Amino acid sequence: MIEFEVPEKIAGVMNVIETVAVNMMRPVARYFDEHEHEIPWDYINFMQTATKAMGGGGTSMAAGSSNREGPRLAYQRLAYMVEGLSWGDAGLYLCMPGGMLGSAAVAAAGNDEQKERFLKRFKGDTPVFDAMCMTEPQAGSDTSAIRATAVLDKASNEWILNGEKIFVTSGHKALLDSQGFIVVWATIDPSAGRTGMRSFVVEAGTPGVQVTKLEHKLGIRASDTVSILLQDCRVPFTNILGSPTVETSTKGFKGAMATFDATRPIVAAQAIGLARATLELLKEMLVENGITIRYGLPRQKLTSIEKDVMDMEIQLRTAWLLVIKAVWMMDNGKPNSLESSMCKVRAGDVVTKITQKAVEIMGPLGYSRDYLLEKWFRDAKISDIYEGTGQINRLVVARQILGYRSKDLS
Amino acid sequence: MYSFEPSEEQKMLIDAVNRYAVNDMRPAAHDAEESGLFQSKLIDKGWEMGVLQASIPETYGGFGDRSVVTGVLAAESMAWGDLAGCMAVMTPGLFTLPILLAGTEAQKKEYLPPVVEGTWQPNTAALLEPIFDFDANDMATTAEVDGEEYILNGEKTYVPFASEAKAMIVYAKLDGKTKGFILPAGTPGVEIPSERQKLMGLNALPFYSVKLNGVRLPQSHGLPGEFEPVLDASRVALASMAVGVAKAAFEYSRDYAKDRDVFGMKVAQKQSIAFMLAEMAIEIESMRLLTWEAAWMLDTGKPDASKLAYLAQTGSADMVMMVTDRAVQILGGHGYIREHPVELFMRNGRGFTAFTGLAMV
Repeated sequence: MIEFEVPEKIAGVMNVIETVAVNMMRPVARYFDEHEHEIPWDYINFMQTATKAMGGGGTSMAAGSSNREGPRLAYQRLAYMVEGLSWGDAGLYLCMPGGMLGSAAVAAAGNDEQKERFLKRFKGDTPVFDAMCMTEPQAGSDTSAIRATAVLDKASNEWILNGEKIFVTSGHKALLDSQGFIVVWATIDPSAGRTGMRSFVVEAGTPGVQVTKLEHKLGIRASDTVSILLQDCRVPFTNILGSPTVETSTKGFKGAMATFDATRPIVAAQAIGLARATLELLKEMLVENGITIRYGLPRQKLTSIEKDVMDMEIQLRTAWLLVIKAVWMMDNGKPNSLESSMCKVRAGDVVTKITQKAVEIMGPLGYSRDYLLEKWFRDAKISDIYEGTGQINRLVVARQILGYRSKDLS
Repeated sequence: MYSFEPSEEQKMLIDAVNRYAVNDMRPAAHDAEESGLFQSKLIDKGWEMGVLQASIPETYGGFGDRSVVTGVLAAESMAWGDLAGCMAVMTPGLFTLPILLAGTEAQKKEYLPPVVEGTWQPNTAALLEPIFDFDANDMATTAEVDGEEYILNGEKTYVPFASEAKAMIVYAKLDGKTKGFILPAGTPGVEIPSERQKLMGLNALPFYSVKLNGVRLPQSHGLPGEFEPVLDASRVALASMAVGVAKAAFEYSRDYAKDRDVFGMKVAQKQSIAFMLAEMAIEIESMRLLTWEAAWMLDTGKPDASKLAYLAQTGSADMVMMVTDRAVQILGGHGYIREHPVELFMRNGRGFTAFTGLAMV
């Protein structure tokens, strides 16, 4: 039965999220945009207390790993919460304490012992962060070109990690500002290509891991993005996610890539929240300037602004529906690689177009730092880049609809 | 709750429509378009599936309650087969749905059973007018009250099967609002030129203009209900049919690109083509979901339903143009040749910005 009703349980949570967004995020959004690398502790501590009061782990990317009774809503709920917080501020949302991309990797590829060991830290009273370390100076989207290595020291039964990681979201908070962890992608056999790729959990305080650089970015400046150097960094044998042996198939690599099926819709949801904020503010500003949008007219009678706004509404709503469908499939155990990449492409397109257009329509007001539109335009662009650029996700979609593998279409 | 899964009943209906679309509509589409004629058994067979009948309650001769969601699911599948054929099969709905949505109890009892219970017959409706910025809520055709009668004046265009129709709904402006009127064939003052109107696409559908010169109708022929639900029914129907046409074009060009060699590989292995196809698939899925949501909102009486139906129609019209244009482009020169269906998909696709009132679910 096709239905589009927001589940009651989610609707209740959204009221709380909106209150948080309005009171805790919007008022400081500009400040943290202009004070890059300052950590928004007030917001972080508030969110730590608030999420614990709400049952804990509310925005955890490891949402789907729980096995509760009743209709499964975990990913739908997560998408809504992320959308709502990003409506408040995309940069501050990324400072949310609790399990994010690192936890998603643990949830997707880790065993029960690992889930228990690594994820329980998020249930305490102090804020804890995690991070995903994939990109390297010479390898971005082409993750199979990763050079970081993991060598097993059989004597001590430890993995020795070496390499340099860049563009690590929340890496500073995960390693230096909390007892968190990072998930590091490295090869256990450089001659094996993709089949040798594995992910490893490196906890805060581990010797040999070092934050070497804090990036200065176009947008989402409230969130730290760092470089991380691993020099003979030793982690226990049991910190590897997935099989420790190189198999002939790319099963291990694909398994790890499956993390994206869960995370891409959530990153897309973040884009949608920002796009919705932009469109809402734009419409308010238009009303203040005496412009109303007349729905129902033939297109020949619409003004250019009316056409733009309606088009933005269509883009926003359809992108959100794609996200909802992708997380609904996650919750219902349906394979969603196609849908998760589809919604990521659409959301990345939509948020960049909507923020571009909003700045354009509002003219000198849109470009001014007196309003948030110019900030949101800068914040938006990351959604079309991280968690797979729009182009990488197009490639994933294309392969799926054509029934091609990477050797057929690259 | 959210769900993107049709009910078992809907799945059965979609399966039946898909079989009809694959086995009957698609093979007949090219010849129907070229000759300007349908084989009547094609339409009869489509009618027998009972898509329209299922939306009319038993009291009025049908066998169900109207579900807009079911309607858009069926319309999408049928339009995938052939848009002209789909519109032909559903033409009687242009007469029955407005009566169901805006008619009196007496009108429903009198007019619905003969259409719904019998074989397919060309009852139709006249909405569009021959001006560039036609507005269904502000039309030039007028209705005036004169004692116990209405007097209608104006000119209608693109009226399918008008010359054969036993009755049609005519829309006119009454006291500033659009209202529907039941117009039986042979009413004095109605002029239907015998020559068919020719359009860029939909050649198999016989379209006529209808001129109303002081047409007098008794007051019992006026549909008292609001026009908006009728317009909404058209908007989501056209949105879903645009999705169906786009899906057909996407699939054909995808299969062609996977089959055709170029520079030692398949056309589809070129990123420039593969990315076009990926974007087409995303656009189609986007507008399908928006159309479903609009239909669901109409079924559940949500306050913003009309607005969403309007946006779904607008968005789908843009989407189908983008997708069908790209399908032609992917086939290159072959796309321009009428042996392949993509040029027809494109001609049909272009029309969705002008088709208001030509389909309803």
